[in-house]
Amino acid sequence: MPLDESAGGKPADAPARRKPSILDRERTIAPPGFNRWLIPPAAMAVHLCIGEVYGFSVFNVPLTRLIGIESSVEGRDWTIPQVGWCYSIALIMLGLSAAVLGRWVERAGPRRTIVASAVCFCGGLAISGLAVKLHSLPLLYVGYGIVGGVGLGLGYIAPVSTLVKWFPDRPGMATGLAIMGFGGGALVGAPLGVELMSRFKSASSTGVMETFLVMALAYLAFMLFGAFTIRVPAPGWRPEGYVPTARPKRLVTHADVSLDHAWRTPQFWLLWMVLCLNVTAGIGILGQASLICQDMFGVSAAVGGGFAGLLSLSNMGGRFLWSSASDYLGRKGVYVVFFLLGAVLYALLPTIQRQQSVALFVMATALIISMYGGGFATTPAYLRDLFGSMHLGAIHGRLITAWSMAAVVGPQLVNYISTYRIERGVPRAEAYNATMYLMSGLLLVGLACNLLIRPVDERFHHDATNPTS
Amino acid sequence: MEPTPKPSSPLRVALSWLVVLVPLGWGVVQSVMKSLPLFRG
Repeated sequence: MPLDESAGGKPADAPARRKPSILDRERTIAPPGFNRWLIPPAAMAVHLCIGEVYGFSVFNVPLTRLIGIESSVEGRDWTIPQVGWCYSIALIMLGLSAAVLGRWVERAGPRRTIVASAVCFCGGLAISGLAVKLHSLPLLYVGYGIVGGVGLGLGYIAPVSTLVKWFPDRPGMATGLAIMGFGGGALVGAPLGVELMSRFKSASSTGVMETFLVMALAYLAFMLFGAFTIRVPAPGWRPEGYVPTARPKRLVTHADVSLDHAWRTPQFWLLWMVLCLNVTAGIGILGQASLICQDMFGVSAAVGGGFAGLLSLSNMGGRFLWSSASDYLGRKGVYVVFFLLGAVLYALLPTIQRQQSVALFVMATALIISMYGGGFATTPAYLRDLFGSMHLGAIHGRLITAWSMAAVVGPQLVNYISTYRIERGVPRAEAYNATMYLMSGLLLVGLACNLLIRPVDERFHHDATNPTS
Repeated sequence: MEPTPKPSSPLRVALSWLVVLVPLGWGVVQSVMKSLPLFRG
């Protein structure tokens, strides 16, 4: 019996079924004449919201003063490490939910998935507001970390795989736009959180609960805009004038690989390592940018904060620019640049520190972080090149467990090594040098993994005439 | 019979982009302001 992939592998000639709901994939198929440039803003709306997780640190201090308000009450208020777990749990759940629910995402289609993501992410924020009201740390972990984290995973993969299907001619640019939105989420979420908390702050409240609730409602509206704007292309649709090249680049396939086969290929695990190492190298610096700048160059906290702001901008910009560049340089080529240039720049940072050149340090780290962002944005297009777009969302979901792993390991690595060296008498300004060399080494390992990636063997290709393939 | 293609309204496309670019632009401005001390320092 023939399978209809657009219907998630259900029999195409199944008997009459219930009337499709407005959330069903079949109700989201674009009519003729639909402008594909409506899809990037829909995807960006979702990513701008869920990217708020990157700005969670603005809540760290206020959450440790829920009882004391002006200062933390020892033994009664939560501590920074306790609160910091929210962010870690959310990122772990992002990876897990994307990996486990990827197959459902493919079946359900982007609209239902984005609505589910909105309910989870915004519901998680609302539960977090309740947790603040009740001063319940476990409820905060459940709300922001677990429920919100599931929303992150669903919202991350659904728009990306849809965009790739709409832009077969420029998949790098398309996914760069969406994933740039995720980077931009922190730029919007962090100042929005600060602004709202200052509005709601009173003698008896830090304003966090009200902020969570307002953000939940605002983000819900935005995500629903994304959900009801997004469409999937009709089967067989192609952009006007687009003809796939008869002889594509070596790594680019015109075939599809199913999820079950894809994650058993060496290419999947090499790419997993590539993403994990690229993220580990970047996130270690990005997470503690202000502190590292202050320690290495003795600058003020305000200048350190300015450095962190600049890195956020280059993180966002790199997502779009590098990913768009990959449409011309090839995904493998762009990753070669990331790893080679990144390794050289990391290895130079200790020398730059010794010369006390803040300007050079800022330029080098901004470039490193742009490549960190670019790595995220290039990955879906790399997957499309290797495995086709049939199960792209589900395969991408499995792959971003690499990000969850790196998000936990990267900052710990930087923290542990610098603290260890400071405890052994190394001056604070030089405490990060060993970490920089380590990151450089990790990037060279990533380079080797990237160079080992070859086209997927044809025996893994999906055979549309054979349902069991 | 093939349905007649009805192109999406350019106004709708422009408004959709505005919906995301306005908040994103606000966030970018906030970050630029935040990073100014770096250049003054």
